[in-house]
Amino acid sequence: MSLAEPLRLLLFLLCVMAFVGFNAAYLVWVERKGAGRIQRRPGPTEVGYAGLLQPMADGIKLLTKQLIVPPGADATLFRLAPVMVLAPAMMSLAVIPFSETLVARNINVGLVMVFAFGSINVMAIMLGGWASRNKYAIISAARIVSQDVAYEIPMLLVVITVLMITGTMNLNDIVRQQAGGFWHWNLFKLAANPLMPVTFVIFYVCMLAETNRAPFDMAEAESELVAGAFTEYAGMGFGVFFMAEYANIVVGCAIATILFLGGWQSPIGLFPGLFWFLLKMYLLCFSVVWVRWTFPRTQFYGLLNLSWKILIPVSLATLMLSAVLIKVVKL
Amino acid sequence: MNLTLQQLADQLSSGFARETAGGVVRVVDYARTGCHLEAAVWPSAVVCAAELLDQRGFALDTITGVDWIAEGEMEVIYDYFHATAGWRIVIRSRLPRGNPEIPTISGVFPGADWHERETHDFFGIRFLGHPDLRPFLLPEDADYHPLRKDFTA
Amino acid sequence: MIAPQAICPEGTRNETFVLNLGPQHPATHGVLRVKLTMDGEYITRAEPVVGYIHRMQEKMAENRTYARFLPNTSRIDYLSAMAYTHAFVAAVERAARIEVPARAEYIRVVTSELNRISSHLVWFGAFLLDLGGFTPLLYAFDDRERILDLLEGISGSRLTYCYYRFGGLCNDIDEDFIKGTHDFVARMRPRLKMYRTLVTDNIILRKRLIGIGPISQEMCRRYGATGPVIRGSGVAYDVRKAEPYSVYPEFNFDVPVFPEGDSMARYLVRMAEMEQSLRIIEQALDKLPGGPVMASNVPRVLKLPAGDYCCAVEAARGRFAVRIISDNKEIPYRVKLRTPSFSNLSLFEEASQGMMLPDALALMGSLDLVIPDIDR
Repeated sequence: MSLAEPLRLLLFLLCVMAFVGFNAAYLVWVERKGAGRIQRRPGPTEVGYAGLLQPMADGIKLLTKQLIVPPGADATLFRLAPVMVLAPAMMSLAVIPFSETLVARNINVGLVMVFAFGSINVMAIMLGGWASRNKYAIISAARIVSQDVAYEIPMLLVVITVLMITGTMNLNDIVRQQAGGFWHWNLFKLAANPLMPVTFVIFYVCMLAETNRAPFDMAEAESELVAGAFTEYAGMGFGVFFMAEYANIVVGCAIATILFLGGWQSPIGLFPGLFWFLLKMYLLCFSVVWVRWTFPRTQFYGLLNLSWKILIPVSLATLMLSAVLIKVVKL
Repeated sequence: MNLTLQQLADQLSSGFARETAGGVVRVVDYARTGCHLEAAVWPSAVVCAAELLDQRGFALDTITGVDWIAEGEMEVIYDYFHATAGWRIVIRSRLPRGNPEIPTISGVFPGADWHERETHDFFGIRFLGHPDLRPFLLPEDADYHPLRKDFTA
Repeated sequence: MIAPQAICPEGTRNETFVLNLGPQHPATHGVLRVKLTMDGEYITRAEPVVGYIHRMQEKMAENRTYARFLPNTSRIDYLSAMAYTHAFVAAVERAARIEVPARAEYIRVVTSELNRISSHLVWFGAFLLDLGGFTPLLYAFDDRERILDLLEGISGSRLTYCYYRFGGLCNDIDEDFIKGTHDFVARMRPRLKMYRTLVTDNIILRKRLIGIGPISQEMCRRYGATGPVIRGSGVAYDVRKAEPYSVYPEFNFDVPVFPEGDSMARYLVRMAEMEQSLRIIEQALDKLPGGPVMASNVPRVLKLPAGDYCCAVEAARGRFAVRIISDNKEIPYRVKLRTPSFSNLSLFEEASQGMMLPDALALMGSLDLVIPDIDR
């Protein structure tokens, strides 16, 4: 019917926005509790039971703060940057299949769309740093651009490797191909490419670097550049950047789950669905939090060396291997 | 360092024999005063003393100023130590209080840069040839010298 | 990993900008301002500006009796307060020829070494925090809490102790302290092993520190650097062995020395020193004699004979020396405090030339600075 489709779309998009908002808020809680327990302390416990209302309290605090635009800063870009960081993450979630039928828009080029939106993220942070007219912010913005550009390349090479095996860019189809037990997941498709686990590790590392998470958070290294690109943002402007970081983590983990871990397929072959997708995605999110609080930060040139000198050659090698196997073995 | 303390004292004595003031290089009681050799020199000889000690591998420990207001003099005390031999040498120099000037040793020991700036801050002793004698611990616009005995807040 | 070198092709103009690592900054432990002149990511000149916490301790010493200056000594370097009080007290005792009873000396050694461990734990946590590893700080502070509780039991303070007096200690230790210290030593050894596995052997930390911030022996000598800085450059200079004081000659301990001179060497020196301090504490508690903890016939108000008296100790950061010039009055004529962080920081300008910012901050963290120590 002519009215049902737009209505369904609207409903899905509202749900996606609510999902992003809920995640941004409660991943913060997970991070703070996780950080606390890793550091042998309880984390937030005061506000609500086990600190569950802490994100609400933080949100209210940020909303009540004055939104300061520093004098001399480019006002339009300064205000636009946080929005431009959050919006692509939300839009990427429109193509992610949460279960067989729970997809906002099942686009045939879904995979490309997600990465296209991911690139806007880089530009937005750079604009935020540049528009702040603050030395720390500009240094940080420059670092973020070089880091993100460097890590997008191996990430895309790895995705192309997976693409060659799946043959389709439609995310729901990719998940359907991994039906059966967990040995059918792309991670374990060693017949197609013996280096599949390596490509997963590369993707994971690139995802950490793209979202500027430790140990790759040189750009906002607190002990050097105060808050990096976000130094001049106060109140909800900073809050939106913060939410966007977690939204990006959610998108990154969701893509990792879909491409490598079977999406909404269950590991035992029975009762596939939303539950498995959320479980896998949140386990990956927790591991991202875990890595942050365990390792110190790499130096900036160490980070770039890792990408240009190690990850890109290795991902090119897996790509070649995949291509050769497909052509020769005729899978 | 394979010299005995007395040999070192003799070498240093002959090294700045012309320029020492009264008393040459004495071996002192370490248990009482905390140093092994002590010398009192003219202000013009401090650079020579620093160079002699630098050649023998001594390190600069600290530079102290003292305001002997009753005698109308200020004293600058240089502490040197040798990290492997464990010896401590003290070089003292007295300056007239009305015009306290002494050449800088920061050309020989770069560490003296900060020590001399601090001594200038506290006493007003001018170190001739010092690259940058701005206030170090006191505020940038300070024109008083707190450790002088006639300083009133 | 070796840091990349800046490439400046002929004919390009070098534009530098000034970045201020201001007095309020998460990485400069305390109120230190560093004016960095930077060429892109490289530092062309790093000028430390100090004096933000200058309290003129040396003038305060000229205004009060020797006993009234004792609490000041703890506040010069608050993390290593026992050793600083020890230096002042030992200088006065040397001048006034006061014999300190053996039991007091042994307890002084035990408390000083406990203080050294707690100071190194703070350095360890803060250094890792600078490098981005947030978790070791809390583990280190957990161990440190136990030391603080032990020392609070005997002295009443957690941080700025004023436990030593001229001629001994203000009060004796009790069974709780001895048992607690034994427990602490037993607990600390496996913890140090854990730090080694989890932190020292971490590949990211090693890449961050190995080869970074080399300080040669020559540079240490010209600037008068002491403590873990000079021991991390291959020179075995430790005041406890070079100018023995108190009862240190009776103990069997090594002075850890690493020849490489980079930040990793200084890091390893401090980690090894904690190990050695545990050894000293065990030996001291085993050999602890009985008897009084205070010399008899120490006058209430001391008057030192005229002259120059100097005493040095090995504090956690290096050599701390006190020079007292007395003119036979109850208040000193001049007290000079030679602090280790002052000399250690003076070499930062030369050592950080041409380094990148994160490496320079790693170097500064490895120098272990406490700013009140510099400013006094």
